[in-house]
Amino acid sequence: MDTKITISKLNFYYGKNQALYDINLEIPEREVMAFIGPSGCGKSTFLRTLNRMNDTIPIARMEGKVLIDGKDIYAPKTDVVALRRKVGMVFQKSNPFPKSIFENVAYGIRINRMHQNKSDLEARVETALKDSALWDEVKDRLNTSAFGLSGGQQQRLCIARALAVQPEVILMDEPASALDPIATQKIEELIVTLKKNYTIAIVTHNMQQAARVSDQTAFFMLGKLIEVNPTQVMFTSPEDKLTEDYITGRFG
Amino acid sequence: MEHRIIDQNLDILRDKLLLLGGTTETAVHKAMRSLTERDSDLARMVIEEDKLINKMELEIDRLSIEILALQQPAAHDLRFVISVAKITPVLERIADHAANIAEAAIILNDEPESNQVSDLSLMAQIAGEMLQAALDAFTSEDSDASRNIIKRDKEIDKNYNRVFGKLMGIMSENPQTTTTAAYLLFVAKHLERIGDYVKDICELNVYLTEAAFIKHSKKKK
Amino acid sequence: MTIIMNELIHRRRKLVSSMMTVLTTACAVVAILILLIILSYIAVRGISAINFEFLTDTPKPVGEGGGIGNAILGSAMMSLLASLIGLPIGIGAGVYLAEFGDGWYGSTVRFFADTLTGVPSIIVGIFVYALVVLPMGRQSGLAGGIALAIIMIPIIARTTEEMIRLVPQSMREGALALGAPQWRVTWNIVMPAAATGIATGAMLAIARISGETAPLLFTALNSRFYNYFYDQPMSSLTVQIYNFATGPFEIEHQMAWAATLVLVGLILIINILVRILTRKKY
Repeated sequence: MDTKITISKLNFYYGKNQALYDINLEIPEREVMAFIGPSGCGKSTFLRTLNRMNDTIPIARMEGKVLIDGKDIYAPKTDVVALRRKVGMVFQKSNPFPKSIFENVAYGIRINRMHQNKSDLEARVETALKDSALWDEVKDRLNTSAFGLSGGQQQRLCIARALAVQPEVILMDEPASALDPIATQKIEELIVTLKKNYTIAIVTHNMQQAARVSDQTAFFMLGKLIEVNPTQVMFTSPEDKLTEDYITGRFG
Repeated sequence: MEHRIIDQNLDILRDKLLLLGGTTETAVHKAMRSLTERDSDLARMVIEEDKLINKMELEIDRLSIEILALQQPAAHDLRFVISVAKITPVLERIADHAANIAEAAIILNDEPESNQVSDLSLMAQIAGEMLQAALDAFTSEDSDASRNIIKRDKEIDKNYNRVFGKLMGIMSENPQTTTTAAYLLFVAKHLERIGDYVKDICELNVYLTEAAFIKHSKKKK
Repeated sequence: MTIIMNELIHRRRKLVSSMMTVLTTACAVVAILILLIILSYIAVRGISAINFEFLTDTPKPVGEGGGIGNAILGSAMMSLLASLIGLPIGIGAGVYLAEFGDGWYGSTVRFFADTLTGVPSIIVGIFVYALVVLPMGRQSGLAGGIALAIIMIPIIARTTEEMIRLVPQSMREGALALGAPQWRVTWNIVMPAAATGIATGAMLAIARISGETAPLLFTALNSRFYNYFYDQPMSSLTVQIYNFATGPFEIEHQMAWAATLVLVGLILIINILVRILTRKKY
């Protein structure tokens, strides 16, 4: 598989505190890469550097390069808005807008002017909801409030919302951590389906989840990338002792 | 039934095991045929194909470990993966014995024909039927059938004792036939071991279906 | 021994708890009672003078009846003008302070806004007198509206800022992550989400200025006629109440009560309207 995202010599600071140390990583195209590690190890911070969401934090500062399809996304003239269309994000706690289900999914399409007319818009919304395995459950109530959905449904709505703008990469920050086991399973199955068409990076504190859904796993600790390997290697015979200790639950 | 991530892997594992089972069955048949039809080329083929079976065993091992590590199977799924992991080496050993029979056949085919081979054929037939039935019982998760197959092993043992006695007699009466008799004895032993191994498979079938360990227990009920 | 001790402690706790419940209930009752007393006193004193003429006529010489019609219109017109000026500026300032106001400039603006809310309203009146009335050469409804707007702006700015800050950051991030530029996030997502709160703050500010008297004294003065344009002195309910109340005649006092009742009634209606119009749909 080709490499979609190349991170080289990434160092990240919140003001005077360094959060990430010299990260070098290649994220392959159309695979799922999981980031695991104990709390506070920097995996969420790292994920957010991939779509420049850390720009919203005034004291955040980064050094190094993040190349997506060969282009450095931190180059001075980068169109951050276009970047965020290409690299979508799903958050830990689902955050639907206070609008109807339809309008939630349509929002990204509208602001990026991706549709020709009303029926095109409706078709795109339907596709996005089908791709996130939510269509059957909401097709009869598209105009009701998004807040009327259950937690798992809201999260799938947020996924549909992200899919609607046709990204190439989807970043997921602990997408199932607030959900019950059945809802979690649905999200995991969705991820395995989505990876056929999208490059997916998922932060999770649940190792078994990383084992179930990902093709590659990267283990972070205290801001450093300790090991990155195919998932079946990572969970049967990791190379680094720290990785083994974490995976077997000796700490973290 | 909803299709879970793990189902695909379990299906692959099942397919690989059944392929291994079928290949092993074939090996046993071919090995016996190489003896009864005095076809040493066939025997050499059996020995060569044993390498393939060894490769299959390693593949299944790797896949079972992967499923256990990555998919956290539970309940029936867990018993299934464990059963497959335990049945696989048993099949590989059966295939080894088939290869050994083939090796013996090559030597026996250079010796004059013996009329004791038909006794061995009977043993082989029982063993072959048992193996096929055991693999069927695994697929259909039929623990009653598995228990019945276990009982059939006594037939093989009885035949083995009879053949043993006959061959010992032949050897003492006619020392020139010692080589033949000895190798026939080896073949008989291999067949008897195959029967025992099929019993192991059936015990694992019962574990899979009923979650009961009946190995080493006197009452196989 | 310890069993008896525990029982005594338990009983004492129950007693204290009951006493506090009674006390706090009494305070609540007193608070409501005061409000009810005020309202009913006004109602009793004023209701008799209210009739159609009262609500539509202009003031007339004592003894000839008259009413507060022009005062009601004047108050409405000046409140409207104040809103048209004050709402956009106030809400705009509030949005700025909430979304972008974390630097030194924002802190300065916030400081000035907080200070302004504490300035006595009569000083605002004098300020507008100097700034608008003198150059124009006369008092006017325009000056009155401007004075009220100046009072409104810092109040609305601060409540708008508070309401917008209440919108969770996660909602903004959700929109940013879709490729929305910052202005769209603020306009499409944050403001609609805070709309209820902003509207409530705005309406309360309007209700507040409807009750202002001092700033109108120098700027709008008063008038005995219906004024339909802003360039003349304009009557207002509050100033008219002041005039009636300080007049020498009993009948004027009566009308003062009536006018007060009308003013209180209008403010009540505004508040109820706010509640109805801004109930949450999503």
